[in-house]
Amino acid sequence: MSQSPGLLRRLLRAKDRMDRTSHEEWSIHRLAWVSAVSAAHFARSFKEAFGIPPHRYLLTRRIERAIALLRDTDLPITEIALQTGWKSLGTFGRIFRDVTGESPGSLRVRERSTPYEREHVPECSVRAANRPDLKIAVSEKRREKIVGKTELQSTEVL
Amino acid sequence: MTQGIDVVGLYVRDQDEALDFYVAKLGFHVHTDVRNGDYRWLTVQSPEQPSFQLGLFKPGPPVHDAATAQTLHEVVAKGAMPPLVYVVDNCHAVYERLSALGVEFTQEPIDRYGTVDAGFRDPSGNGWKVIQVIARPHSPRSQ
Repeated sequence: MSQSPGLLRRLLRAKDRMDRTSHEEWSIHRLAWVSAVSAAHFARSFKEAFGIPPHRYLLTRRIERAIALLRDTDLPITEIALQTGWKSLGTFGRIFRDVTGESPGSLRVRERSTPYEREHVPECSVRAANRPDLKIAVSEKRREKIVGKTELQSTEVL
Repeated sequence: MTQGIDVVGLYVRDQDEALDFYVAKLGFHVHTDVRNGDYRWLTVQSPEQPSFQLGLFKPGPPVHDAATAQTLHEVVAKGAMPPLVYVVDNCHAVYERLSALGVEFTQEPIDRYGTVDAGFRDPSGNGWKVIQVIARPHSPRSQ
């Protein structure tokens, strides 16, 4: 279904705001306010426009940023978890593994041992290219892995 | 030079609005502004780059049918057009100046190995990266 370009431009503004400060808390109400639409309308419109629910999009941006910090800095993993918007190291580690398939520590070791040729590509484009592709919900992804086991529900408020 | 890229165009939602943005805010000059009925060929140039024109084109008749024009407007508005790069001498200064003019920045200047970059959008939704190269961008790990 076609969406009005005016609405899309305002939804893009909410997406840009999540990109800019993905470590902040982005409630549906706050995002809807940025887009100047009702909270009820926002989540549905955002998913229709960008193919992913707003909170899942935020999650991919946080993980993307965490990956960059693991790769480019010597910050402790706890500090990276805090800087990228998680309240607990446990939740960060669990969601990070669910999304990327490995722990933050092992990703750091692997990323650092891999040289890359990317001087001529703008940094933000490199990051976008490496963004985790989260087509399904994290809980769904987890469920696929541990069928039959008790599901661990994330209590993190995104 | 006799061969090379002369004009590359962007789709914009409103050419008057785009003209105001690229000329009054970014400081580009108008190169060509010609109308023929509904059609308007509008190009601008960065003052220091006279060999290149940036076209500011509005999807619609006579080039596009209504449905195609609508699709193009949607694609631009959701920021799905390719990234554009604006090279500057001083990224922080450009950020300060354009922010004061109300330009919608998507990223504040960030210093990374040998470069400073920021990001903004034009009113239509086209995304620009602003890049200042300070030194040869060699990170220790990319050698």
